[in-house]
Amino acid sequence: MNYSDTSIAASAPFLTLENVRKTYPGVVALDGFSMEVRPGEVIGLVGENGAGKSTLMKILGGVTTPDTGTIIVDGTARQGLTVEGSLGSGIAFVHQELNLFENLDVAANIFFGREPLRAGPLKLVDRAKLREMVAPLLKRVGANFTADTPVASLSLAQQQMVEIAKALSIKARLVILDEPTSSLPIAETDKLLDVIKALKADGISVIFISHRLHEVERVADRVVVLRDGTLAGTLPKADIGHDQMVKLMIGRMLKEREKASEAARAPGAVALSAKAIRTSAYPGRPVDLDVRRGEILGLAGLVGSGRTELARVLFGIDNALGGTMELDGKPLALGSAADAVARGIFLVPEDRKLTGILLDLSIAQNISLPNLPAHARRLLVSASAETTTAEKQKKDLGIRAPSVQTRTGTLSGGNQQKVVLGKWLAMNPKVMILDEPTRGIDIGAKAEIYGLMRALADAGVAVLMISSDMEEVIGVSDRIAVMHEGQISGILDKDRFSQENVLLLAVGKPPK
Amino acid sequence: MSKKDLGLLILILVVGAIVAIINPRFLLPINLANTSNLIGLFGILSIGQAFVIITGGIELSVGSLVALLGTLFIDFIATRGMGWPVAFVIILMLGAVIGLAHGWLITRLKLQPFVVTLCGLLIYRGVARFYTADGTAGFAFGQNFPELEFLTAGRSWGVPNSFIALIVIAIIMWVVLHRSVFGRYLYAIGKNEEAAKYSGIRTGRVVIAAYVICGVLTALSAIYFAMYTRSISPASHGQFYELYAIAAAVLGGFSLRGGEGSLVGVVLGTVLLQELQNLVNLLGIPSSLNFAVMGGVILIGVLVDQQWGVFRARRLMADATRKSVAGAAAE
Repeated sequence: MNYSDTSIAASAPFLTLENVRKTYPGVVALDGFSMEVRPGEVIGLVGENGAGKSTLMKILGGVTTPDTGTIIVDGTARQGLTVEGSLGSGIAFVHQELNLFENLDVAANIFFGREPLRAGPLKLVDRAKLREMVAPLLKRVGANFTADTPVASLSLAQQQMVEIAKALSIKARLVILDEPTSSLPIAETDKLLDVIKALKADGISVIFISHRLHEVERVADRVVVLRDGTLAGTLPKADIGHDQMVKLMIGRMLKEREKASEAARAPGAVALSAKAIRTSAYPGRPVDLDVRRGEILGLAGLVGSGRTELARVLFGIDNALGGTMELDGKPLALGSAADAVARGIFLVPEDRKLTGILLDLSIAQNISLPNLPAHARRLLVSASAETTTAEKQKKDLGIRAPSVQTRTGTLSGGNQQKVVLGKWLAMNPKVMILDEPTRGIDIGAKAEIYGLMRALADAGVAVLMISSDMEEVIGVSDRIAVMHEGQISGILDKDRFSQENVLLLAVGKPPK
Repeated sequence: MSKKDLGLLILILVVGAIVAIINPRFLLPINLANTSNLIGLFGILSIGQAFVIITGGIELSVGSLVALLGTLFIDFIATRGMGWPVAFVIILMLGAVIGLAHGWLITRLKLQPFVVTLCGLLIYRGVARFYTADGTAGFAFGQNFPELEFLTAGRSWGVPNSFIALIVIAIIMWVVLHRSVFGRYLYAIGKNEEAAKYSGIRTGRVVIAAYVICGVLTALSAIYFAMYTRSISPASHGQFYELYAIAAAVLGGFSLRGGEGSLVGVVLGTVLLQELQNLVNLLGIPSSLNFAVMGGVILIGVLVDQQWGVFRARRLMADATRKSVAGAAAE
């Protein structure tokens, strides 16, 4: 194998998987998969949703055992791992959904269930000792917070650091990060990547799973690509590149990122206008923003810069603390989301499962929900009208499901997101606000959603896309507005698009 | 009728058969008429409760409301000389207003349903006792209201009119819950209120409407209960009725988290509860054990239902994978 870092190549692998096969009734999740992880090596693990990544994680975590194949951990060959065995041999996970108790402080979270106890029959927690034990862990992950900070007050990246510190506290030798950056803004992502480098320097191996390929590119020593349960290929450091990864992931080259709309478009009239809107995020800072018909306005900025709060006000979920709004030049007052929906202002929210769709309802019921009276006769719901509407959206959007009666909870993330889009597309949007529309969605579905957004803009809809994914903001938007601490710090036109400019504005500095 | 409801119906028939074998008096027309009368009274109450539970809420004050509104109704027609149709309408409106107040406190002031209605439970009971000075509200000797008595406590073709009222209300409410736009909103809010709000549903109004429906049906059943007992001592009348209503809903497959349950289920739940009461009487079980029997059966019922759910989920998954294999083979 081709290692650029000779010291890694020389050492014996910490973990080796040989010919691992795992089938579920009717599905081959992993088919003869082999890989190895050496001490101090950072492996980027990529693949589309359904490629077998989660099965692999379950095997490594000891949640499930492979049907055939061997797992060699630290020189000992086994057929499968148990949860205790996995933990005991130093494999630690940091999941996409963090497992922290928000109401407890950092120290209590790191040593939860393993607190040092004081002598005596009461078994009280020895707080001083606990703090002493936590301090060096926090230092190793470069934390800028202390052991007694409540977790609820930490940012997402900081919470991930707590998770990593937790992993270190069990003397982890392999840390598996599952989509750690999918909800992180750019600056925080950098911090996390630094932590990964620090782990590597300590000789700890890392498996970094991500859909954000440029981050994989930055941090991985080797990239392992999964496709349909098999090893599609391994890229040594020198060959790691966006296009190579994508090619292996989908088995073909993705067609050139959509640049069809590169041609300068005549900007349409202003559809939605926020004038000195103040939100709960930064009550003292007014926001002015115009979204025009026929454009995709990207709204970039750090998480916590007030973008989601602005979206909630524009959609009528929250009341503005001050300021006014206009729709097509006329004053707009929203008392609830129902008011916004009635005027053709729709939101695809950030948290799909919590607010985007109802997981227990069918595709058809989700799509008809905002416009139910139109699918009813004399106040009684017409199932056939619902089905007709849903069938059209299913076909137009390419929602992959057995039928429109399928529960949305059983769909993949990308298809769920299409259902959210479908319910709005079925009712003629005027303004479409999308908050992190492609988070946690695989590459194929992402491209489809970009296509849909472009088609909406081409049809004269004003599209406002909030995104923390730099590639996405630059690749998809016609203009980019950047928010910094509750205010628009600048608006970039297409000719001034660059990662650097967006970043500068996001931290409140003037662009170049 | 869902499989769940069918299972409940079978349970009711099996229990009925066993009781009938042990004590044939179970099938006497007089016993069946009495039991179905009680089913009618409690059924109306339970349907109201079901509308609140489906939103993920709870209404604990209905027992006290049955006492307060019943006391007021008897007082209005027996001592204040009000025409009974007028009193009838006023009581229903009072029920609506109280439901509105509960709904308003819960949705606009963001108080928890449990807290709001627990306070209601205490307040209405206290007001009812104060209103009669802890006495008994009843009719004077020889006081008659033939039409009202026929409609509430009378019978048609041997069937108690309260039971017929329940059937009519159940049919109307079945359409409302399972076929109407409003019913879909109720389910959506019960499943996930945030997502319903983000879909442009005015969730506050829908929830308030659920409490109003509960208030009106509670008021209606309060009148039926008053005409059934004909005298009310507010200290004990209607006590624990909220729990009967909640138990009927739970037996009928409602989840206290909201978003689950059917109207047929809550009616069958009421039937089973009354059948059990009847069983305790007919089989000579000490009536002090009444609640224990009820509690035990509900617990077993919920357990079986839950285990059945686990079993079904497993089978569904196996089915789905089998289908996907077949699909893959066909491709």
